[in-house]
Amino acid sequence: MTNRWSGLLLASPLALILALFLIVPIGTIVVVSFFDYDSVRMFPAFVWTNYEELFLSPITWKTYFQTLQFAAITWAICLIVGFTVAYFLAFHIASPLMQTALFLVCTIPFWTSNVIRMISWIPFLGRNGLLNQALMGMGAINEPLEFLLFSNFAVILAYVHLYALFMVVPIFNSMVRIDRALIEAARDAGATEWQVLRNVVIPLARPGIMIGSILVVAVVMGDFVTVRLMSGGQSASVGLMMVNAMSLLQYPAAAANAVVLLIVVLLMIAAMLRIVDIRKEL
Amino acid sequence: MGGNRSRAFWPLAIVFGLFVLFLYGPTITIVVLSFQGPEGGLTFPMRGVSTHWFRNLFETQMVGDFGGSFTRSMILGGIVTVVTVVVSFMAGLAFRRRFPGATALFYLAVASLIVPSVLISLGIGLMFRLIGEDPAWWSSGLGAHLTWTLPFGLLIMFAVFNRFSPAYEEAARDLGATPWQTIRHVVVPILLPSLIGVGLFGFTLSYDEFARSLYTAGTFNTLPLEIYGMTTNVTTPVLYALGTVTTGVSFLVIGAAIGGVVLLRRRRGG
Repeated sequence: MTNRWSGLLLASPLALILALFLIVPIGTIVVVSFFDYDSVRMFPAFVWTNYEELFLSPITWKTYFQTLQFAAITWAICLIVGFTVAYFLAFHIASPLMQTALFLVCTIPFWTSNVIRMISWIPFLGRNGLLNQALMGMGAINEPLEFLLFSNFAVILAYVHLYALFMVVPIFNSMVRIDRALIEAARDAGATEWQVLRNVVIPLARPGIMIGSILVVAVVMGDFVTVRLMSGGQSASVGLMMVNAMSLLQYPAAAANAVVLLIVVLLMIAAMLRIVDIRKEL
Repeated sequence: MGGNRSRAFWPLAIVFGLFVLFLYGPTITIVVLSFQGPEGGLTFPMRGVSTHWFRNLFETQMVGDFGGSFTRSMILGGIVTVVTVVVSFMAGLAFRRRFPGATALFYLAVASLIVPSVLISLGIGLMFRLIGEDPAWWSSGLGAHLTWTLPFGLLIMFAVFNRFSPAYEEAARDLGATPWQTIRHVVVPILLPSLIGVGLFGFTLSYDEFARSLYTAGTFNTLPLEIYGMTTNVTTPVLYALGTVTTGVSFLVIGAAIGGVVLLRRRRGG
């Protein structure tokens, strides 16, 4: 009995912080999404106009479609890259020290500034950037490619650059816990390297793949910084739509959009969570 | 896997090498370009080599409030680190046994990780607006950052406690240690490397956080907000100088944390 209560006591700071800065704010968003507003302020009310305006605008649908598209493409690329990198680290690096070192090499960029990491693509992708200079030097193109920076290409490149790690870490975590005897057994039974990968490694790494997928999809769905910086204002995302509404002081409109986005993201994640129980994977 | 490398080793090693180049290449480029001569631009070629842009960075009127925002971010990062380590550790201890609401709290922490940052920022901003408080980096900003760092801390503590043998605590208890003494002299020293790891997440995630700071920092910018502001109106390599300095700070912190962990391991002969 005392244990139960000491557990509750120990967990209470976490519960309090999350209640105050996660539950209440989200509740606030829901409440404000029903408020009315004019060009200067908002008033407490219960109106559905914010949602009506949101759903009746073709821009909303276009933006959601665009955001889902970003999420899908980024997810696919991150999955391929993340899986390959994790596979190499988990199965082809024999020394544990080397494994830890290379794993850290992959992780360190996660602890540095995202905004700076986006800016750092300018000298590469710009009109006079390294890539254009190199391509022109090789004679592959006559004029600089304009689509490299400030385009959907740049947005996706930046997403993969920033978030591939979200895929590498959980997949690696799943892979290192695969019993090596299973792989030996598959080999002894005559499986080729490819068959081992398909029939042993991928099924057992599935929890890591799912967790990585959830993280990547969640961050891309909610992003606005990358889209704004890397598309140079030529592309949109749901997050950016909200931020723009906020800068026009249309708080209830932004809140309604936030509620819809939250529901979309949670539905996507609930679908993915049905496949894996996170707590068993730690 | 075994001594002899499979045929797949070298192709995979090349992919891995390219991935690392992809991760670090751009950052290295802006570090090089931040030493542009005074006439240089945002892209190559280098027009001479100088520290002109770094000096430029510290002239307040040139690029906004670099010093102030840097100080605020460091202080905020420090507070977030301490709170994250203490609260995650306590919650980690709690989750070793069942307690009322454990499952709900776990899902709440996971939700905190996957609810888009901009939503949390917006929600906290609106909450402060409705209660008539002005948001500030040390109040609303701190709360917003904790919703991001605490779930990481908690997940790390889960992973750590799953591998932690209760035998150490039982031994301490058998020798007559109080619960507090057991934690203070047995659990904390054993888990210290992991707690440093949690602290590393706490500091770096807070120090670099942009979206969650956007509507919660109030009148005075934190460093990422300042940097973001500069991206729209600064078109000189001073931007890269700023990138070099902040990345340098991040690397110092990461280096200190990793160094600390390695040192602890070595002292224990592990």
